[in-house]
Amino acid sequence: MAMNLQTLSKNEDLLAGGHRACAGCTGSNILRQIMLTAGPDTVVGGATGCMEVVTTIFPYTAWKTPFIHSAFENCAATISGVETAYRALKASGELPVPREKMNFIAFGGDGGTYDIGLQSLSGAMERGHNMLYVCYDNEAYMNTGIQRSGATPFGAHTSTSPAGTVKQGKEQHRKDLTKIMVAHNIPYVAQTTPFHWRDLQMKVQKALEVDGPAFLNILMPCTVGWGFDPAIGMELCKQAVEANFWPLFEVVDGEYKLTYKPKEDRPLMEPWLKQQVRFKHLFKPGNEGMLVEIQRWVDSEFNKIMKLCGEA
Amino acid sequence: MKQLYVGLTGNEAVATAFKQARPHVAPAFPITPQTEMMHKFADFVADGAVATEMILVESEHSAMSAAVGSAATGARTFTATSSAGFALMWEVVYIAASLRLPICMPVVNRALSGNINIHNDHSDSMGGRDAGWIQIFCENTQEAYDTALMCWRIAEHKDVRLPVMVNYDGFIISHTSESLHILPDEDAWKFIGPKDLSNGYSLLDVENPITVGPLDLTDYYFEHKVSQMEAHLRAPKVILEVFKEFGELTGRHYDLFEEYRTEDAEMILVIIGSTAGTAKDVIDEQREKGVKVGLLKPRVFRPFPAVEYAKALGNAKVVGVMDKSVSFGGHGGPLFTEIRSALYGLENAPKIHNWIYGLGGRDTGTDQIVDLIGQLQNSIKGKKTEDVNLLGVRL
Repeated sequence: MAMNLQTLSKNEDLLAGGHRACAGCTGSNILRQIMLTAGPDTVVGGATGCMEVVTTIFPYTAWKTPFIHSAFENCAATISGVETAYRALKASGELPVPREKMNFIAFGGDGGTYDIGLQSLSGAMERGHNMLYVCYDNEAYMNTGIQRSGATPFGAHTSTSPAGTVKQGKEQHRKDLTKIMVAHNIPYVAQTTPFHWRDLQMKVQKALEVDGPAFLNILMPCTVGWGFDPAIGMELCKQAVEANFWPLFEVVDGEYKLTYKPKEDRPLMEPWLKQQVRFKHLFKPGNEGMLVEIQRWVDSEFNKIMKLCGEA
Repeated sequence: MKQLYVGLTGNEAVATAFKQARPHVAPAFPITPQTEMMHKFADFVADGAVATEMILVESEHSAMSAAVGSAATGARTFTATSSAGFALMWEVVYIAASLRLPICMPVVNRALSGNINIHNDHSDSMGGRDAGWIQIFCENTQEAYDTALMCWRIAEHKDVRLPVMVNYDGFIISHTSESLHILPDEDAWKFIGPKDLSNGYSLLDVENPITVGPLDLTDYYFEHKVSQMEAHLRAPKVILEVFKEFGELTGRHYDLFEEYRTEDAEMILVIIGSTAGTAKDVIDEQREKGVKVGLLKPRVFRPFPAVEYAKALGNAKVVGVMDKSVSFGGHGGPLFTEIRSALYGLENAPKIHNWIYGLGGRDTGTDQIVDLIGQLQNSIKGKKTEDVNLLGVRL
């Protein structure tokens, strides 16, 4: 089914308003967009993190579908249990409401996915559960107070990699989780952002349609952790893609395909970095080399993706 | 009812009981000495003897996490573990009880690392005694089998809805072949019955969506903990009802603890697990010599039936509690502190002493128990005996 705004606008909004996300949070936007496509026959699992905390403060819940939170590092394993129980109860004719097909979506932030939840995620993907894992990647442990994660980019100031007089933010580049997930040989892996809503909807739809596990890595600008005007979260998604920092692509059965072709004269990283307080120190005299390193790394990583997509 | 008389190891017996419970889902991860139990169960699945969906996870943490997800749908769910595996799933063990999920789990008791040791003591389960699970300990293969049948009725009872640990000693019970009576599959199924999926909330009920495991802060968390406490208060009645029904069916009668030759006993030993069997032999010999010694063998450790213990032990002159685990820096092992607390305030309360024994699978022979009884006799005579002592250790 082709997705267009008209169809989507008629779908029930399954994440209620009144949740407690920050003003300008792009995470709730990601969840809402996913749920518009997934529909009501969906069980959602959330790892401990911002999106779990802001949507489920007892006695309230923003979820209009079944939702489970267990712990920080085990969302994939938890949903793998739900999905398995669905198959078992379907086979024995004991489902509480009969459904030929249901969606099982686990989501976690980058901390819960790149780091502490990686083992649980890897296991669930390898076992081939019919589930979608969504990482909302805001590039640090935002829920616990902006600590660096395996997804934090080089040079970013965080609470545990602060820019000081001797050190200048995170000293390592981020790991490439999307490629790690591709290496699991699962049928569908993709990267997207909530600004690119059509791209996101298409990818959610494909991810839910494949037989087996799927993984989406979604960039989620965080107004608090990145330090930007709450009004420009979506704009930062757009710019991250245009600057080749966050290429949009999908990997279907191991085949890479770009879903957004960047312009030849792509913008450099500097303008994107400049809008975020976490990179402010990079523009101090003496840190020019770090800016050069960031640009080099982004170009190099992007070229690898282009090659994989057969575009280079 | 006609039962089958068979020879099985503890692990095989528990796997057989769980096959008879027809669980929907079983996440599993290997750890010695539990592994053999899951091997046997996997054989049952491979041969079509049971239709359980196994989830062969990548760690015990994920085993308990998958069990939580599965049980939250209403599916009958079990996993099994030992020692370090139990320690790894610790966080989620608490969550399973907090979410009131009736998961059943054999904990095949083994020493905790380090140093790494694969043999039996009770430090794994005892470390998890505050996690909110019902804990039942077994003395032999027969008890392990029977408990593995009964645990479902207890866990899933509407007045309880708590997970249940079935504890039995690594190797001593898990790997030793014993003869035991088992129920034919159909009779076992008649006793256990299907999981009642209508009496709970299901995560798969998309028409009545629920949120499980929300953020629960200062305004509600405490009340939710109280509801767990209340479930433990209700549990003994249900446990005894299930024991009674099982006793009528099989002729094997259980109670919250077993009393062995305690009627006129001046000295009562309190011992959990397989060592209780060793002690029974010693007690028989001592009784022949006119020594008034008996044994109390705890079966249900959580919830802890303090009032019943006080009644059962109150008339003795001295009580000797044996702990196969240590609470480092504490005043005695976990069983000792519970029993001593249960006896506090009794008029003419017996003296009470503790022996830490068998850590890391150190063998506990009859001679050691004879020696311990001698120390209890000395205590009655007024010889100073320490509160906390060691048994079978080189000093």
